[in-house]
Amino acid sequence: MWQQLKVALLITIVWMGICGLAYPLITTGVAQIVFKNQANGSLIEEKGQVIGSALIGQTFEQDQYFQSRPSAIAYNIYEKNTENKEGVRSGSANYAPSNPELMKRIEQDVAQFLQQHPTVEKQQIPADLLTASGSGLDPHISLKAAKIQLDRLHETTGLSIDDLKKIIEQATDSRSLGIFGEEKMNVLKANQQIYRQLNS
Amino acid sequence: MLQIVFVLIIYIPLVLLVGRYVYQVTMNQKTVFNSFFQKIENILYKITGVKQQEMTGKQYVIALLLSNACMIIVSYLILRLQKYVFLNPNQIENMEPTLAFNTVISFMTNTNLQHYSGESAMSYFAQMIVITFMMFTSAASGYAVCMAFCRRFIAKTDRIGNFYKDFTRIIVRILLPFSFVVALALVWQGVPQTLAQNQTITTLEGKSQDLALGPIASMESIKHLGTNGGGFNGANSSTPFENPTALTNVIEILSMMLLPGACVVAFGLMIAYRKQPHKHVVIGKQGAVLFTVMGALFLIGLTAIYISEKTGNPLITALGIDQSNGSMEGKEIRFGIEQSALFTEVTTAFTTGTINNMHDTLTPIGGMVPLFNMMLNVVFGGKGVGLMNMMMYVLLAIFLACLMIGRTPQFLGRKIEAKEMKFIALCILIHPFIILGFSALAVSVAGGVEGITNPGAHGLSQILYEYASSAANNGSGFEGLADNTTFWNVTTGLAMFFGRYTSIILQLAIATLIARKPEQPDSVGTLQTDTPLFGTFLFTIVLVVGALTFLPALTLGPIQEFLTIR
Repeated sequence: MWQQLKVALLITIVWMGICGLAYPLITTGVAQIVFKNQANGSLIEEKGQVIGSALIGQTFEQDQYFQSRPSAIAYNIYEKNTENKEGVRSGSANYAPSNPELMKRIEQDVAQFLQQHPTVEKQQIPADLLTASGSGLDPHISLKAAKIQLDRLHETTGLSIDDLKKIIEQATDSRSLGIFGEEKMNVLKANQQIYRQLNS
Repeated sequence: MLQIVFVLIIYIPLVLLVGRYVYQVTMNQKTVFNSFFQKIENILYKITGVKQQEMTGKQYVIALLLSNACMIIVSYLILRLQKYVFLNPNQIENMEPTLAFNTVISFMTNTNLQHYSGESAMSYFAQMIVITFMMFTSAASGYAVCMAFCRRFIAKTDRIGNFYKDFTRIIVRILLPFSFVVALALVWQGVPQTLAQNQTITTLEGKSQDLALGPIASMESIKHLGTNGGGFNGANSSTPFENPTALTNVIEILSMMLLPGACVVAFGLMIAYRKQPHKHVVIGKQGAVLFTVMGALFLIGLTAIYISEKTGNPLITALGIDQSNGSMEGKEIRFGIEQSALFTEVTTAFTTGTINNMHDTLTPIGGMVPLFNMMLNVVFGGKGVGLMNMMMYVLLAIFLACLMIGRTPQFLGRKIEAKEMKFIALCILIHPFIILGFSALAVSVAGGVEGITNPGAHGLSQILYEYASSAANNGSGFEGLADNTTFWNVTTGLAMFFGRYTSIILQLAIATLIARKPEQPDSVGTLQTDTPLFGTFLFTIVLVVGALTFLPALTLGPIQEFLTIR
């Protein structure tokens, strides 16, 4: 019995070393050499400052930017120098389809959206703009959801509709290998373009 | 539709190939890079003091339990003390006792139910040395047991195979190399792999945003290959850093489908080569029957989720909003309905428990399918264990069929007698007993009901889902459930523990009994178990037993919700 216990204990310690330390550390080393940018979070820079990650969404509240999807965790964004911030999170509010809170939230968002976009009819709003993603960090909106914001952006930025359409095109991520996933627009990349046009 | 079909088409040749490889590993045959792997294994045997003697079923189980117990104790201590150890750049605190208990049981049993959120409750050190480590060892343990189980059906003795040797070979020859390659593919697509601390950046609007980084890719690959499912981040594979593109989504889907399917192929090959060792076989007739039955259950579930999610939430449609993209609450744009539906079906059929959309937000029928998959727990199932569960149904089906036609029930020449049948019945009954028993307890005490966060019928679904996920060692959740409380930590911990080890012990006991029996030659009267007819019968038995046991509970949960918002 003692012999067996010894083997069990040795197995635990040796494999902890291999699977728990050696494997992740070697992977880290190789990844840092071969795919340095991705391994560190695919960060995007503007004038030498990191403004976000190409993979992580952000909320945009100012009028001249594309809006993202709702998020239960506000994309981990907070005012600078906030004392009681919640800490880094991910997830959604987990509203069941039958939960009245879900409908309440959607109705509020619809009202707000219609107010900000007077040229838009309720039936035209794509549902992805009114539903929260699973991670609360979704960097994309559908192309429909991008185009429906064009009139407002034209108004607020002064950029022509054609320029804005070009921005959407540039920020569009196509399907992986042409088959998998959906066509969608990266909100941060699009807004970075708007920022550049307005500040050039 | 097209992209779903595409993934499944890639899967078939892949699983046949890997199935053959798994067969070679199981039967101690030479594999590719044999001498290289052999050298590493010999060194490991020497360090750990493993003598490669053959074990009986009982010795095998004891070795499994002892080693798992050691891993549980050491890991528990680390979680309780993680604050004081290095590699903790984000200054994470020690874990509270009931949560630490739940977490180590969860990862040792290959469940990966998470009552914590990785980015705020785990140091990088703990993520690596407890979580990543247990992802390898729990998968290897489950798979080793499955090997031992399968071998006994074709062997003439109960003294066969060594747990530590199987365990070592699986990690060295399968899990580590596969994980390394998949991890690098994931990094290439954007999954972070760093030891640097979380970043705080300034947005274009001048606000701060926190980005949670870490050694994510190395955990992400074994999480899927080992059908573990525990996320580095709270929102698991829906977070862009765990699953950044549709391509990584496909890689993750195929990773989790790979080895459970390969087990079935390997078992098929074992049976086929038993009689004709030199004939070339792809999967074997018996293997094909099992694979088809599982595949059929899989496709039915997939279709149901897809249609239900594509149709969308009727309440949102009634509001007059454009829902042509389907029900997008809780889903990511880059995956859309197709990649989300496929992921959901795969993660619960192959009992991984990783999620790329929030199952709590699925439409009622879309949420019922994953629940039902876990209740059946035989649609491929987690590594190895799903096949063993399916074998319980196979033996049951043989027994029932033989009763009907008046023959002696036997499988591969071994008689199935009273003692085995008792164990089989017990094995099939334990699963619903744990799920429904604990659910009944949860709805009748305050500690359970307090966890519910969605009103109406869906509240019951949340509870059922949590225990089905625990007992099936899946680990996904209707995550709204406020489950980090003493009640939920302890009860789900017990459900996971008994769900895993009682079945494993019973199943190996059955295999031991079978292995000791003399082999009877097949006669004209023997029931053929490798025919489409038997496949159909097996399919029906699985559905009838599953439906009869769980239908009342499903009616009160998802079905009622479906009727309410229709």
